[in-house]
Amino acid sequence: MIKIWSMKKNEDSAAKKKPKTSAAQIRVQKDLTELDLPSTMQTNFPDPADLLNFTLTIQPDEGMYKGGAFVFSFNINSNYPHEPPKVKCTQTIYHPNVDLEGNVCLNILREDWKPVLNLNTVMVGLQYLFLEPNADDPLNKEAAEDLRRNREAFLQNVKNSLRGGNIRGTQYDRVLIA
Amino acid sequence: MSVASPLSPLPGRHYHVDQILDRPGPRTDPAFVPGETPKTFLREQSKILVIGAGGLGCEILANLALSGFNDIHVIDMDTIDISNLNRQFLFRPKDVGKPKAIVAAEFIMRRVPGVKVTPYFGKIQDKDEDYYLQFNIIICGLDSVEARRWINATLVNMVDPENGESMKPLIDGGTEGFKGQARLILPTITSCYECSLDMLNKPTAFPICTIANTPRLPEHCIEWASVLEWPRVHGDKKMDTDDPEHIGWLYKIASARAKEFNIEGVTWALTQGVVKNIIPAIASTNAIIAASCCSEALKIVTTCAPYINNYMMFIGTESVYTYTFEHEKRPECPVCGGETIDISVGKEWTVERLIEVLVERQDIQIKKPSLSTSTKQLYLQAPKQLEQATRPNLGKLLSELVEEGDQITVTASSLPFNLSLRVTYV
Repeated sequence: MIKIWSMKKNEDSAAKKKPKTSAAQIRVQKDLTELDLPSTMQTNFPDPADLLNFTLTIQPDEGMYKGGAFVFSFNINSNYPHEPPKVKCTQTIYHPNVDLEGNVCLNILREDWKPVLNLNTVMVGLQYLFLEPNADDPLNKEAAEDLRRNREAFLQNVKNSLRGGNIRGTQYDRVLIA
Repeated sequence: MSVASPLSPLPGRHYHVDQILDRPGPRTDPAFVPGETPKTFLREQSKILVIGAGGLGCEILANLALSGFNDIHVIDMDTIDISNLNRQFLFRPKDVGKPKAIVAAEFIMRRVPGVKVTPYFGKIQDKDEDYYLQFNIIICGLDSVEARRWINATLVNMVDPENGESMKPLIDGGTEGFKGQARLILPTITSCYECSLDMLNKPTAFPICTIANTPRLPEHCIEWASVLEWPRVHGDKKMDTDDPEHIGWLYKIASARAKEFNIEGVTWALTQGVVKNIIPAIASTNAIIAASCCSEALKIVTTCAPYINNYMMFIGTESVYTYTFEHEKRPECPVCGGETIDISVGKEWTVERLIEVLVERQDIQIKKPSLSTSTKQLYLQAPKQLEQATRPNLGKLLSELVEEGDQITVTASSLPFNLSLRVTYV
């Protein structure tokens, strides 16, 4: 035991007393202040003192979802980045990879999450879903079926849903930019 | 040889350990003084903390008591479940429902007279630095990444370079089925738990679209019930995986789903296993890992043999395979990496002035730093909204926002790690 203690004294270059800021907090600060987002994406912090809960608004400037503004909630817990952030769509939208409860099918939010990924990766991944909706990983089965069978009809449904339309009995939220 | 009565000291209890403490071995450190010094320290002066009194914890407690540690503390927040009894051998059927830490402590004290085991039934987060400072060494037998990250960060933060004894060796054991690991962390000296975070196996997760649309396995049905149906039906109400009613609800929903898709195999036990992410525990893996942890503790406390450097992994699936290597410190580790610099700050300095000084310093080469303390943000360069929210701080006096001795965390894109500043006002 004595041996170990004396060893410490030779290590004066090693750390002085460190901050109590948690590793998760430091990572989130680093992730957020280094976000490199295109103008189509914007974060919003209801409480600017709370970095762990915020929303992301995506306004695609191309593709079939152009004209809409889609709001996702981000919730980060103290086990970040071991665990991925919890992300949900706050609106009811017509999209093959987003269900009516707002759950999102994006591999890096679940099965393919790794601590080396960051918030920027997740945000870019979300935007990609609006450029390339993927009928093979459906969460909204009907929307995926529409996309696979008849792209034109799907496109019409998207336009209708963005305006707050009703598709086969489901009322979608109006998400058009005013 | 007579069998000792449980109430009298065990005769010859120390006979075998004495064999290695009474004489040096070929690889013993020259600083080792055989005989009374290590024995007295081990048996009368050392104080050891065991975190976790479950599968690993029971083994660890027994090993420590039989090795000659006489002042042992144990923390566990759980109570005994009937499913623990096959391997957590300090517990009996009559103990089901009682706190693990307390029952384990009583058992050890009854079985090995002369040992004092002090239990704490609660969370490690309930205890502060003063509590952890009283121990010489800490052994973890935990099943949670979160708890390990917490104790690791706490022990790294606790190191005071002026006081060698504030550095508490942490021995971390872990098992998952037939695999296990034992490692030694010397906080701030060797790599820490956070350094190796990206080595961890990720918990099994199924693509959410598979769960929603094309379930093929009973696990898919259970995940559907817990990930999608629970929040849909119960809203914000939190699922408690220890509540039999909650598990019962999930089991019912998952079974209906399985029936609909002609899937067999959804059971109560599997439901509980999937939502609690239970991997079957193997008693022999626990025994092997606990033995490694305790022999490291004994070696460190007595200096009787070189200790591990610093990571042993064990794989028992194919045969008995172990590999020991030195896991290296990660310079950018947010817990033990980075740098701390002392900085003298004028009483009249604003936050803006501090940032200018940081940017000018040649030795840190930093551009656009973002600053925070553990409780608040001082100035964040981005995103825009946070920059605007923290901008008023730029004109404020640093001494109004940060107390002397407080730590400021600095991050910047040009800095791969984080930097901490310790402020002294002049």
